[in-house]
Amino acid sequence: MKEYEVIIGLEVHAELSTNTKIYCNCSTSFGADPNTHCCPICTGMPGTLPVLNEKVVEYAVKAGLATNCEISRFSKQDRKNYFYPDLPKAYQISQYDLPLCIGGHIDINVNGNKKTIGITRIHIEEDAGKLIHDAYTGDTLVDMNRCAVPLIEIVSEPDIRNADEAVAYMQNLKSTLEYLEVCDCKMQEGSLRCDVNLSVRPVGQKEFGTRTETKNLNSFRAIHNLIEFETKRQIEVIENGGVIHQETIRWDDAKGIGYAMRSKEDAQDYRYFPEPDLAPIVLSDEYIDNIKNSLPEMPHIKKERYIEEFGLPEYDAEILTASKYTASFFEKTNSLCNNPKAVSNWIMGDFTRMLNEKEIEIYDSKVTEENLATLISLIDKGTISSKIAKQIFEEMFETGENAKDIVEKKGLVQISDEGAIKQLVEKIVEANPQSVADYKAGKDRAIGFLVGQIMKETKGKANPQIVNKLLLEIINK
Amino acid sequence: MDLYSLTLTDIAKKIKNKEVSIKEVLDSVYSRIEEVEPKVDAYITLTQERAYQKAEELQKKLDNNEDIGVLGGVPIAIKDNICTNGVKTTCASRMLENFTPIYNATVVKKLEEAGAIILGKTNMDEFAMGSSTETSYMKKTKNPWDLTRVPGGSSGGSAAVVSADMAYASLGSDTGGSIRQPASYCSVVGLKPTYGLISRFGLIAFASSLDQIGPFTKTVEDAATMLNVIAGYDKMDTTSANLEKVDYTKALVNDVKDKVIGIPTDFITDGINPDVRKAYDEAIETLKNAGAKIQEVNLEYAKYSLATYYIIATAEASSNLGRYDGIRYGYRAKDFNDLDDLYVKSRTEGFGEEVKRRIMLGTYVLSSGYYDAYYKRAQQVRTLIVENFKKAFENCDVIMIPTAPNTSFKFGAHNASPLEMYLEDIYTVPVNIAGLPGISVPGGFDKEGLPIGIQFISKAFDEKNLLQVAYTFEQNTTYHNEKPTMKEEK
Repeated sequence: MKEYEVIIGLEVHAELSTNTKIYCNCSTSFGADPNTHCCPICTGMPGTLPVLNEKVVEYAVKAGLATNCEISRFSKQDRKNYFYPDLPKAYQISQYDLPLCIGGHIDINVNGNKKTIGITRIHIEEDAGKLIHDAYTGDTLVDMNRCAVPLIEIVSEPDIRNADEAVAYMQNLKSTLEYLEVCDCKMQEGSLRCDVNLSVRPVGQKEFGTRTETKNLNSFRAIHNLIEFETKRQIEVIENGGVIHQETIRWDDAKGIGYAMRSKEDAQDYRYFPEPDLAPIVLSDEYIDNIKNSLPEMPHIKKERYIEEFGLPEYDAEILTASKYTASFFEKTNSLCNNPKAVSNWIMGDFTRMLNEKEIEIYDSKVTEENLATLISLIDKGTISSKIAKQIFEEMFETGENAKDIVEKKGLVQISDEGAIKQLVEKIVEANPQSVADYKAGKDRAIGFLVGQIMKETKGKANPQIVNKLLLEIINK
Repeated sequence: MDLYSLTLTDIAKKIKNKEVSIKEVLDSVYSRIEEVEPKVDAYITLTQERAYQKAEELQKKLDNNEDIGVLGGVPIAIKDNICTNGVKTTCASRMLENFTPIYNATVVKKLEEAGAIILGKTNMDEFAMGSSTETSYMKKTKNPWDLTRVPGGSSGGSAAVVSADMAYASLGSDTGGSIRQPASYCSVVGLKPTYGLISRFGLIAFASSLDQIGPFTKTVEDAATMLNVIAGYDKMDTTSANLEKVDYTKALVNDVKDKVIGIPTDFITDGINPDVRKAYDEAIETLKNAGAKIQEVNLEYAKYSLATYYIIATAEASSNLGRYDGIRYGYRAKDFNDLDDLYVKSRTEGFGEEVKRRIMLGTYVLSSGYYDAYYKRAQQVRTLIVENFKKAFENCDVIMIPTAPNTSFKFGAHNASPLEMYLEDIYTVPVNIAGLPGISVPGGFDKEGLPIGIQFISKAFDEKNLLQVAYTFEQNTTYHNEKPTMKEEK
C-alpha cells in the first residue's frame, strides 16, 4: 500500500453571542418555544429590510484580530440564493468576495509539536431556521427562532493533516472565542460547529485529491472520529481502484459511520450577488484600533502572568489558561484560599478527570470556587488530611455540598491531638514488635506498615505528620 | 365645483378653515369613486370603514383646535405594493391575493401621522413589472382619457385615481418609470425622488437598488407638499439618506431666469412619436420664453440604460421574489408530491407570465459562468451612466426630456412583443439607473387628445431645483387644468 497524505480544511461556524439578531431586534437566546423569537424582518416578510447589527461587526473584527487576520476597511454583504423551507427569504445574507477578515493564522500544539494553521477568511452571515419533523402527524414544521442569528464562518487553509491537529485547532479556536466573549461555544447546542473538508493523496503527489465535505460536526470527538473514518474510507476506495466523488458525507455519531449523500449540492448554483438592501461595511483605522485595544488578556499572555504571579510551572499555566472558564475558576478560587499550586493541582487533577468522565464543562459543575477554596483551606489548616479531602471532593462534585458541612456531617475532622495520637501510637508499637525490630534493623518500609495500622484505627483521620513524628519519637526512644 | 375635483392643497386648506367637514370630503370622494370606478377599475381594495373612523378622529381633533397635520383629513390612495397594516397588500398578484401585512410601510406611517386618510389600495402591474398595468392578476385599469387604452404602469391605478379625481393624491413606486410613465399617460404630476430620499421599508421589493416610492398629484405644488411628508431618513432602511430636512414648498417659485435646462439631443431618437416630439419642442420654447437658458448636453451612455436595467432589475427581482415559495404565506398549490413540486407548482400557478419571464431572465444573468458577462458588466455600465449624468449636470441645472416616446396605447397592443413594451421605458429608466430624481408634468396632448408628459431630471437630492423648474413649466402652461373625458374614444 502506498503512503497517503491527508489534507484537511475546516469551516467553523460560530454563533455570535449578541443579544439580538443580525438584522432585527429579536432575541438570540436558545431554547425558546418555536417561532416566539421572530418578527416580520427575520422571517423575511414582503417589504421588510435588514438593518445590520453593529455588534456583529465588532465581534467578527475581534475574532479576526485575535486570529491575526487583516481587517478589511471595505467589505460588503452578498446574497446566497437557494430554496429551503428554513430559509424564509430564499437567500442567506452572507459575504462572498469581500469578507470582513482575511489571511490570519493560529498556532496549535500537538504532543509538543508546534504548528501554524492558516486562516483564509472570517465572514459574517445569518443562520437559517430549523425544521422539526412531527413523527405523530408526519408534518414538517418550521421554527424560525434561529433565523438570522448572527454567525461568523472561519475558514481554515488546508493545512491540517490529521484528526489530532484538527481537534487541537478547534480547541484553540474555541478557547479564543470564549476569551473574546463573542461566542458561548456550546457545541452540543450547535453554537460552535464545524464542517470538515477532507481529501487524501499519495505522498509526493502535488495535486489535491477530490475532497468530501462533512457538515455540522458538534463535538471534538465527532470531528476526531469522522476524520479517522473518512481518511480510512478514502484510502480504501483508492486502493481498491475506486474514485472519490465530490460529495457530502453525513456523519452518524452514535454509530461512528459516515454515509455518502450523492447530493446535487455541489452542482447547486447559489447565484451570489451584492445585497442591495445593505450599504457596504466601511471601517476606519480608529474603529479597528479601538477594538484592538479593548481585546481581553488572551491565553498566551495570561499563561506568562500565571508563571510570574503565581509561581506556577509552565505546564500548569498552559493547561489552566487554555480555557477562559478554567482560568477564571482558578483565579477566583485562589483569591479565596491563596494557595495557587494546590488550586492548580486540584483543578488539573481530580476535578478535570471527573468533568471529563461526566462530559461537562467546569461552569456546569456543582463545585463552586468557594467550595474548592474552603476545601483547600481545611487541608492547609490541618483540619482534614489530603486523603480525606479526596473523599470530600467526590461528594462535593456529586452533591454540590460545602466541604465544611461534609466534614462535620461525616465526622471527618483530622485528629491532631498529640495526646490521643500518642496513646494510639504506643498501642500499635506494642502490638507489632516485629515491625519495630525490622525498622531498627534498617528496613524503612516497616514504618509505612505501622503508619498504615494507625490510619486504619482512625479511619484515616489521624494527622499524618503528627503520626510520623510521634512514631519515630517512640520507636527511637 | 365638486369637492373631489379640488387639488390637495386646496382641500387641505378648506378642511383646516372648517369650510367643509372631513366627512363631507370623504363622502364626495367615495361617491365619485362609486360613479367612476366601474369604468376605470383603478382600486383593488377600498377602506371606507377605516377612512370614516379616521375622519371622525381627525374632525374631533380639529374641532378642539388641535393640529391635524399638513395633510389633515385629505384622502389619499396607496399603490398595492406598499404595506398597510391590517389591509390586504396584494402586489396585484395571485401569489399575495390574500396577504395582509402586520406592519405599515414607513411612508404610510408618515402619511397617517401627517393626517392623511387612506382611501384604498390601487391596481398595478403584478409586482410592479410592466408598463401598462395589464399584468395585474386583479383587474384591467383603464385610462380615464380613453377607456380603451392603458393607464400606463406599473403604477397605473395610482395615476388613474388622481387623474379621474378619485383621490387627491396617491403613492406609487418607480423602478424604471412606473410613476412617471403612467403620470404622462394620464396627465398628472408624477415624482420619482432621488434613490435614498424616501424609505423603502414596507415597499414590497421588485429591484431593491432601483425601487423608489413617490407621489402622484394634480399639481407640482401638491407634489412638493407630499414630498415634505414622506421624505427623510429611516433607521429601518439603511439605504435611506441621512440628510437635513428640506422644505420643498420653498421651491415653488415661478422663475427659471437663472436656470440652465439641459437638452440631450443625441438621446432623443427616431423612435419618438412626432406629436410627443412637437410637445417637447414646445416645452423647450415655453422655458426659453420664461427666461431659462437652453443648453445641449451629452448623454451618450443613456441609450444603454434599458439593456442595463433589464439585467440589474431582473437579477434583483429573481432573488427578491424567491420568498414566495408557498411555505409560509401567499399562494400554495393544492396538489403536490414533494417539496420541489410544492415550490414549482405554487410559483407556476401563483405568478403571471411577465413576472415569470423576469425571474427567469434574472436567474439566468446571475448564473455562474454568466455573471461576469451580464450582471457584472451591467454594473460597470451603470457606473458609466452615473458618471455621464454627473458630467451633464456640470453644464446644466435640470435636464428635460419627454417622459415616454409615445402616448397611451390600446389594451393588448404589445402582447406579441414584450420588448416593444420595454421600449416605452427608454426615457424613464436612465433616471433609476443613476438614482436621480425625475418628475413628469402634463406637457400637452397628441392629435387624438391623449396626454403627453414632459420629464425633468436633476442631480441627486436636488429636488428643490427640480420642483422649481417643473413648477415654472406648469405655471406657464395650462395642460394640467384639463380633465379626462372618461369615455371610450375610438
